Amino acid sequence: MSASPGVWTRKHLLGLQELTATEIETILDEAGRYKSRWNAGETKFDDLKGIAVANLFFEPSTRTKTSFSLAAKRLSADTVDFTASSSSLTKGETFIDTALNIQAMGVHQMVVRHSSSGAPEQLAREVDCNVINAGDGTHEHPTQGLLDIFTIRSHRQSLKGLTVALVGDIKHSRVARSNIWGLTKLGARVIVCGPPTLIPSEVKEFGVEVAHSLDQILGECDCINLLRVQFERQRGAYFPSVREYAHLYGMNGQRMKRAKSDVLILAPGPINRGVEITPDVADGQNSVILDQVTNGLFIRMACLSLLRRATENERRKSR
Amino acid sequence: MSLSSSHPSTIVIRGGRLIDPLLGTDTVGDIWIHNGHIVAEKDVGNSQPLVIDAHGLIVSPGFVDCRVSLGEPGFEEDETIATGTAAALAGGFTLIASLPDTNPVVETRADAEFVLQQAQRAGNCRVVALGAVTKGREGEELAEMGELISGGAVAFTDAKQPITNAEVMRRALEYTRMWDSVILHLPQVSALVQGGVMHEGYYSSVLGLRGMPSAAEEIMVRRDIALAELTGGRIHLMAVTSRRSVEEIRDAKSRGVRVTADVTPHHLLLTDKELVSYDANYKVDPPLRTPAHIEALIEGLVDGTIETICSDHTPIASEKKAREFDQVPFGISGLETLLPLCIEALITPGHLTWPQLISKLTIGPGRLLGREKTKTLAPGTVADITLIDPAVSYCMDTTRFRSLGRNTPFHGRPVTGRVHTTIVDGEVRYTFGK
Repeated sequence: MSASPGVWTRKHLLGLQELTATEIETILDEAGRYKSRWNAGETKFDDLKGIAVANLFFEPSTRTKTSFSLAAKRLSADTVDFTASSSSLTKGETFIDTALNIQAMGVHQMVVRHSSSGAPEQLAREVDCNVINAGDGTHEHPTQGLLDIFTIRSHRQSLKGLTVALVGDIKHSRVARSNIWGLTKLGARVIVCGPPTLIPSEVKEFGVEVAHSLDQILGECDCINLLRVQFERQRGAYFPSVREYAHLYGMNGQRMKRAKSDVLILAPGPINRGVEITPDVADGQNSVILDQVTNGLFIRMACLSLLRRATENERRKSR
Repeated sequence: MSLSSSHPSTIVIRGGRLIDPLLGTDTVGDIWIHNGHIVAEKDVGNSQPLVIDAHGLIVSPGFVDCRVSLGEPGFEEDETIATGTAAALAGGFTLIASLPDTNPVVETRADAEFVLQQAQRAGNCRVVALGAVTKGREGEELAEMGELISGGAVAFTDAKQPITNAEVMRRALEYTRMWDSVILHLPQVSALVQGGVMHEGYYSSVLGLRGMPSAAEEIMVRRDIALAELTGGRIHLMAVTSRRSVEEIRDAKSRGVRVTADVTPHHLLLTDKELVSYDANYKVDPPLRTPAHIEALIEGLVDGTIETICSDHTPIASEKKAREFDQVPFGISGLETLLPLCIEALITPGHLTWPQLISKLTIGPGRLLGREKTKTLAPGTVADITLIDPAVSYCMDTTRFRSLGRNTPFHGRPVTGRVHTTIVDGEVRYTFGK
């Protein structure tokens, strides 16, 4: 599955852990090309003409789904949304049955969001179409990781030697995992920062540093990615109160003064204003939060069309 | 099953390697069976024997599994007593103990009698019942253990449901002393594994799967040992997986605490790394751990700290395993793969000798069920015998399973050794390929 520079050969995008630095750069470069063309005034591309893309969302999401839909539409694909409430399981159909049904309708690409870690991978083993992981449980959210990295790269050229802090609930964050794999592969120094209860076990083996005090690392960071507190994924209390969390890990005006003047503030959203980030920081000049959202479109366009091209190349070869 | 022409009353097993760990013998010779018992050749009389050529085979007392999920009553989509006991025969087991993880839970005399009656109807291997320790396996009130004993239960367990309340466990250990029966317990602190699906460590972090720390087991092992010491009761710890657990058990046994433990073949062969595939067949409780833990389990087997190996047979209908990883039930269908896996894990690397392995499949589990004296090839014993072909190589094939449960990660695995013939009560009840 290893790729020569610039060539994408994978059928699915399930996570950043399995990708090489070259593969990640291939996606970033492809997204960059779409961005330039978009900025030059192109608004419609025909890369996915005749292709049907299904959004299979087994877990509610608005922004990721909208972003994928719009990305597919900009590439001239036909899109269909399938939102399964978790009650579809109680009807007796497994999520694999659901996917096979959607595929039988002639779908070429599936964008899968699921509350269970590994569900897109389990599904990819059963279906013929391209599967893109749009976030699975607490495992990975590769397009979010890619758009975070793309955003940093568009402000800083290279990731090499940059210090990036991921702050907050690392344990329950798929965004953190995708960021860790992507950033470390591209040569960034990654610090995960949060209360010990929200740091996954053996995380140092991921190749990151661990900190529990945001104040201690503040001055070293080129980028700070403020992860959302995943109230819905936690079982029981991992910290005593939201107030205490905001006090220890919230990014506010006071902390901004002690950070590097050109620090980039990222947040995967939807942000809990006043918890992990105060409004003055979220809307301040160091914030690239809305850039992330814009770049998300280009990343998703790049992923959809790279996967499609690889499949078409494969088909041509086998003929 | 009545004696008929298809079941000759006399059998001679010729030229096998006779391993009898109870007598401590390992010789080549013949075994004569007459009217359901092992006898001396001179006691056979004139009857025409069925001859089984056992050259190159190992002849062992019939295997015992002290805790098997049979699904019935209540979960017949997973397994029935008829299919589970047929699977047991194919795995070389002549005696299994049924877990009360049924619906209804085996907690009354009638519940136990139903299991035994269904087993008798099936006519496969012998079955004894394990009764629930607590009503509904809820860990609160003691079940009517005396009634269960009257109904044929030989030991007690809440199956894979740990008994959280230490006071309840204390009472249970005290109460069962009147029959000197054992309590089989899954040592696990429930609160520490809540929502967990795999061993907690690097791989659970990578996969974003909720972890089950080995400390959850170790804490409960210590508690159970302390309660067994306090009460003088007998406790058996099911499926230990952690290094510290083995150390605690070794230490407790040396002090004379009445504690025993078992391990399973999958915990000896597989680690948490396998879960990177998100293949639900690797999802077991307790979870697959790390090479360091496996090393300790093997040390425990070698020095006798662990006296029993169990298949951990937990058949699960395929539709239940075809779900999201975190929603799939735990378990491996283990009866029909146990022997070759034990050979791979223990005999081939030279950790155990054949007599040692057979002891852990016969005397160890037999003692928990009060049946260890029958686990011999000595004349006068009931003829429950397993013939092993130790050298044959092949690939595991779940499509051959007698069990309804095809949930195993070992399908297609190249292995060595298989059960050749299983004899129960002097009748050939299973022969490979027939």
